Amino acid sequence: MKLPDLTELALRNLRESMLRNSLTTVGISVGVASLVAMLSLGIGLQQLVSRRLVKSGLFDTVVVTSRRDLRFTERDQERPAQTPGESPVLDESVRQEIERLPNVLEAYPDIRFVTELRFDDKPHLTMISGLPSSAKSNDAFEGLQGSFFSSDTAAEAILQKSFAEELLGKTTAPGEAEPNVADLAKPLLGKKLIMRYAQRAAPSTSVPLRPSDASSENSAVATAYSVISSEQKLKIVGIADLDPETLRGPTRAKVFLPLKLAESLHVMQPSDLREISRAASNQPLYSALSVRVKNPAQVQMVEDAIKKMGFTTFSILDATRNLRQVFVVLDMFLGIFGSLALAVASIGIVNTLVMAILERRREIGIMKAIGASDIEVKKLFFAEAGAMGVLGGIVGVILGWAIGQVINLGTNAYLKRQSLPPEHFWAVPWWLVLSAISFAFIVSLVSGLYPAGRAARLDPVQALRYE
Amino acid sequence: MTTSPVIASTRTTAAIRSENLCRHYRMGETLIRAVDGVSLEVRAGEFVALLGSSGSGKSSVLNLIAGLDHPTSGSVIVQDRDLAKLSREELAKYRLHVVGMVFQSFNLIASMTVAENVELPLRFAEVNRSRRESLACEALARVGLRARMNHRPSELSGGEQQRAALARALIMRPQLLLADEPTGNLDSHTGTEIMDLVGEFNQQLGMTVVMVTHERALAERYAQRMLFLADGKLVGDEPNFAVQSGSARGQP
Ligand SMILES: Nc1ncnc2c1ncn2[C@@H]1O[C@H](COP(=O)(O)OP(=O)(O)O)[C@@H](O)[C@H]1O
Ligand SMILES: [Mg+2]
Repeated sequence: MKLPDLTELALRNLRESMLRNSLTTVGISVGVASLVAMLSLGIGLQQLVSRRLVKSGLFDTVVVTSRRDLRFTERDQERPAQTPGESPVLDESVRQEIERLPNVLEAYPDIRFVTELRFDDKPHLTMISGLPSSAKSNDAFEGLQGSFFSSDTAAEAILQKSFAEELLGKTTAPGEAEPNVADLAKPLLGKKLIMRYAQRAAPSTSVPLRPSDASSENSAVATAYSVISSEQKLKIVGIADLDPETLRGPTRAKVFLPLKLAESLHVMQPSDLREISRAASNQPLYSALSVRVKNPAQVQMVEDAIKKMGFTTFSILDATRNLRQVFVVLDMFLGIFGSLALAVASIGIVNTLVMAILERRREIGIMKAIGASDIEVKKLFFAEAGAMGVLGGIVGVILGWAIGQVINLGTNAYLKRQSLPPEHFWAVPWWLVLSAISFAFIVSLVSGLYPAGRAARLDPVQALRYE
Repeated sequence: MTTSPVIASTRTTAAIRSENLCRHYRMGETLIRAVDGVSLEVRAGEFVALLGSSGSGKSSVLNLIAGLDHPTSGSVIVQDRDLAKLSREELAKYRLHVVGMVFQSFNLIASMTVAENVELPLRFAEVNRSRRESLACEALARVGLRARMNHRPSELSGGEQQRAALARALIMRPQLLLADEPTGNLDSHTGTEIMDLVGEFNQQLGMTVVMVTHERALAERYAQRMLFLADGKLVGDEPNFAVQSGSARGQP
């Protein structure tokens, strides 16, 4: 029999014992609905966490450090001893080399230092870091008040919200509503800051070297290079609403400068002290490089390539690997629950079809007597099982989606009462819809296997003898 | 006994031939010989009645000829096919294309309309919808049931149901019509109408008819030959000259 005929007959047979078949179909729907509900909760939660991580702007970033540094921070026993000469250092040539690796967008030095900022003649000690111009498109700066740096060398600064509070002398008691970023920005934007810092200068000829804007007070330390105390005026152009505690990398600082400017200041870096022997070279050494990768999927590859060059790498992906495993397990558990529900539903299908065979013995006998083959009879029962599966699957997906919608609305209503922003932790992607329906279909076909086989093997003579 | 090629050339008139046909049922310790060594021959275009008392094995013989059942031993050869040697799949094809069956209890499918019942064999033969519809109309017109084609069998009288069953048996244009007590559930007037139709199929369409009945009068009125069964054995083979003269046109 052809498929349209088969489907037509199957649907008509399902209609004939409407109540029983609808109950079976409802059983499948409930199974599919719980499967969909469970999985979309898992997927939604996963997406929520991923969104948070991507928002940090560091999902596609690899931080590169020299193993040399690690030798100082970690215990020697953790790593095979290596003579310092064999371990490469991070300098400009390495940076360029990394930048030339495939899939690397840019590699910029991680410039970060603690120094003093004067505002209204009051000193504030804080962490400062250089920010590449590419950070402008970073989601982390979404809520930025004011503007991003006008250029990569401009004498401008963007302040972290908490630092802005500090400058204005505002403190928030726990439980009190946090001040609005816009309110903080108003009195600060356009104001001047004076940054005082230790500048690392080439040793050679005359000290001090710096022209007018940086006044040198004294030179100190070292045989290989000298350190000068310098000043830099900065204009506040933006206030960023970042939570510095949750972030890593350059965004962890409280004040940001354009990267090129920060580099040109030659601020004394902690690594400089360790590299005294090498410092004779004019090339600055970087304590760390941030490498931006085109696509988070390529992070692993780039990491491997850099590791091969002899450096240590770190990425958020490393940190989230465990997290993703947790989600795989969570999804699996939720999926198993849903599948169990579907398994119960499939027993319903078997039962319904076996009942149908008992009831329709005679009909099967008639069909065989007038020329239906075993396969034809089998197909007919398969079609009935499949139709129930598809119908149940469709209804189930709608049901599951509705359940999710209700939970989402309910939770967001709750979040709203707690004055928290709404979250979308529920996702029913298309692939889930399609695979849930196909899964229901396949489960039904498998459930139909036994009844259909039984119907096909029915002896027509016996079936027709029954009155 | 070798069969096919010889038979094909020399005995083209033999539509059905059985050789020492047996169908035994084992019921615990006892062996029921429903069909016990039946050898018979039905010529193409012949109308044969199979007579015998209840339980004599008439239906069993008919089911073996219909390919619905497998013989315990012996063979049924229908148009040079040894049914015992056909696969289940081939038997289904044989039933679909070569055999039309009608039963005492009509055996229409209750959930389908008359038209759908009649065209069901066409569905198994994968005939397309429009052709199915026209063929079903034609067959129903032949049995005088066109007006009732969209009714369910339960809405029809017994005679009308048997007409529908005849239309269904006719729709694939089989060479063989096997009828198992087709008038058993009908009053004599309606039974006569049905028998007239069967006779028509035999004479006008040239269908070979094997009809099971236990009413000798009916057989004498319509059949060219009467075969008598008792306890699964063939006990008599009588030509019916009254009918033969009028209908056995195929005979020299
Ligand atoms: N499936 C079966 N199991 C056991 N005995 C059967 C079966 N089918 C038929 N019989 C027996 O075979 C004999 C012939 O049956 P049947 O061909 O139906 O007779 P008829 O049609 O002449 O009344 C009967 O005695 C019947 O009880
Ligand atoms: Mg009988």
